[in-house]
Amino acid sequence: MRDLPKIIIGLAIFVIIVAIPLWYNLAGGGAGAMPELVVETEDVPGRDECVLPAGRMRPEHMDLLNRWRDEYVRYGDRDFTDHRGRTFEKSLTKTCLDCHANKDTFCDRCHNYMAVDPYCWDCHVVPEELAGRGGRR
Amino acid sequence: MRVLAALIAVLVLSAIPVAGIALGWDALFGIAVPYLALAVFLAGIVVKVLGWGMSPVPFRITTTTGQQRSLPWIRRQPLESPSTGWETFLRMITEIVLFRSLFRNTRADLKQGRIVHGSAKWLWLFGLMFHASFLVILLRHFKYFVEPAPAWVGWLQNLDGFFQVGLPIIYLTDVLFMLAVGYLLLRRVLQPELRYLSLAADYLPLFLLLGIAGTGVSMRYLWKVDIVSVKQLAAGLLSFSPQSPDGIGTLFYVHLFLVSSLLAYFPFSKLMHMAGVFLSPTRNLANNSRAVRHVNPWDYPVKVHTYAEYEDEFRQVMKAAGLPLEHDPDGQSGGGGSKPRAHEPAEQERPHSAGEDSADG
Repeated sequence: MRDLPKIIIGLAIFVIIVAIPLWYNLAGGGAGAMPELVVETEDVPGRDECVLPAGRMRPEHMDLLNRWRDEYVRYGDRDFTDHRGRTFEKSLTKTCLDCHANKDTFCDRCHNYMAVDPYCWDCHVVPEELAGRGGRR
Repeated sequence: MRVLAALIAVLVLSAIPVAGIALGWDALFGIAVPYLALAVFLAGIVVKVLGWGMSPVPFRITTTTGQQRSLPWIRRQPLESPSTGWETFLRMITEIVLFRSLFRNTRADLKQGRIVHGSAKWLWLFGLMFHASFLVILLRHFKYFVEPAPAWVGWLQNLDGFFQVGLPIIYLTDVLFMLAVGYLLLRRVLQPELRYLSLAADYLPLFLLLGIAGTGVSMRYLWKVDIVSVKQLAAGLLSFSPQSPDGIGTLFYVHLFLVSSLLAYFPFSKLMHMAGVFLSPTRNLANNSRAVRHVNPWDYPVKVHTYAEYEDEFRQVMKAAGLPLEHDPDGQSGGGGSKPRAHEPAEQERPHSAGEDSADG
């Protein structure tokens, strides 16, 4: 009871710590805003839909890319046939980035929102960076 | 069986949100239940700790395991028997962060009919592993709670996924957490003496934690959910603008409901050791009873009627009855004769613990 003031101070610190996400969100403004994705499709024939339905791509794209990498690099298996019977080359830069051409308004939006730092770009080059040097696109 | 009771309770708790989501009660399990659980968690802890704060701890009941402060040439152990506030603070920090008292854990075995004591560090090791992993996992979850996600969450994730095994990269803390909780559970189940001591309330938090970690790990590595929607829900809750996005996946609601159950259960369970470790009188007091006098402030002023006063009151009657007297002003007595009464109390009412017993001469 002599220590009640100290205990109350400790409790207050505890409550403040637990509520840190609240302070953070209140200070940062709207936390509910969903990242807005932009697909810059360049009217590639037959490419009106992704290689998997969007509902599956959203949670599973990293698995698919990982599998593609292993199959392409290790077994030389280069062709992917999707649920509609279309055939694609298993390639991030040649297939995915054809439609999703802009990394910063497509890939990065969600990855930044979720604080995910994929290591794709440790090896792959972002096309825009090549464009400046007379490369692809 | 107490293990089964706890396991069934957690299975039932897991089934509730499955049924709820099937009925379309997303908002109830996504918004109402987490808010309610958080409120119970915070209010419950505050009430409980205030209750502890009001309890009297009049004396120093420090448990010590080393030489206390004594004569200057006697070597003392400040962490084992702290004598100042600063030393007590250091002792508390090492206890809270490193679990020093668990490190002292011993075991007793019967070997050839004799009790042999030995060191037992496994509980300390896995206990520390569990708590540290839990902390890192909780901090990693900050990316769901706040927008924009702070940079340090990224650093923590990179460190946690240092070995880049698998994709999504397997987090070390996920593995360590499951290992540690698994050990803590198995030790209760497999050791007969611990199984005898364990109640359902001992198993329930472990099964809850396993359920939470199991659903969390499954969502990351096996049956993925739409984590962007998960963040929308979580950050929405924690900015008081709740929303209930569609199509997150039932597994997430099981995870969230188990977390909510843990939060709501927290203030009423053994998990309150989180606050209790700070308020343990055997740990958070300086062992200075020999240097400082601690008077119990709650002592009721007890009315004392000493033998000397009793004799003063009844001297004539006692004398007439032929009873021996300690002090006989006009006769000769075996005791002190007429010398002044050294032990007579100065006042009628005094705290009973405040001085030596003044009744015997």
